[in-house]
Amino acid sequence: MALRATYREAAGVTVVDIGGRITLGEGSALLRKTIRELLEEQRTLILLNLADVDYIDSSGIGELVSAYTGVKNRGGNLKLLHLTKKVHDLLQLTKLFTVFEVYSDESSALRSYK
Amino acid sequence: MTQDSKHMEVTLETQVESVNLAEEMCLRVAEAAGFGEDDCYRIGMSVREGVINAFHYGNEERPEKKIYLALDLTPEKMVIHVLDEGKGFDLRGVPDPLAEENLLSTSGRGIFLMRAFMDEFEVIPGRTGGAEIIMSKKLPAPGSAGSNGKGHNVEPKKES
Repeated sequence: MALRATYREAAGVTVVDIGGRITLGEGSALLRKTIRELLEEQRTLILLNLADVDYIDSSGIGELVSAYTGVKNRGGNLKLLHLTKKVHDLLQLTKLFTVFEVYSDESSALRSYK
Repeated sequence: MTQDSKHMEVTLETQVESVNLAEEMCLRVAEAAGFGEDDCYRIGMSVREGVINAFHYGNEERPEKKIYLALDLTPEKMVIHVLDEGKGFDLRGVPDPLAEENLLSTSGRGIFLMRAFMDEFEVIPGRTGGAEIIMSKKLPAPGSAGSNGKGHNVEPKKES
């Protein structure tokens, strides 16, 4: 399934709702493009809602890390919301749980940016 | 190769689409062999990573080069070979993606995932001069939690 990404504003944070697979090719490219557009618009508080992302490969993981460091380098913060089990397990396996802040409900995630 | 073994192979172009194609092909074989959903996911991911490795690092995304994918299904396990036409590589030179200094690296997790998801994993010099990844997964025992009930190891139901 192709990746899709839309974004909305909530409590000063840009919430990006993503669905599909973040994999080598179009999936990774769309995530990269979306983050680049947000940074160009000076949106540096970003919450990636991965509720509908059921698959990420190593290329997708690399893209998530790239998004994280890109946002950090601009003085912002990128956090993750609603991981599916497969994505959760993959981040745990690759130790990226120690890097990303991960939330299971949007209100708590939004409050964490204050 | 015994009579009970099945062998198939395909030559793939060095292009992104080959990654999905290889994954889908191996998933179909894995499902037919009786692997359950979790193992199919691990096999599919490992094939993806093997072909991404061949596409990106081995063949350096050069379209004139090929990727060779082969599957062997024996009564015990599914064995996957991914061969590229690159220069080969030494596993000992691959950085540990779990090391603190590599956690924020944007690449270098493919080998780690294949090792984590498969029962056996090795890289040998290939006949084309490139690297050949060989990885395998043991077939689930009939009726076990890891079986989807479709495999060739499944015992026929007895008529009552």
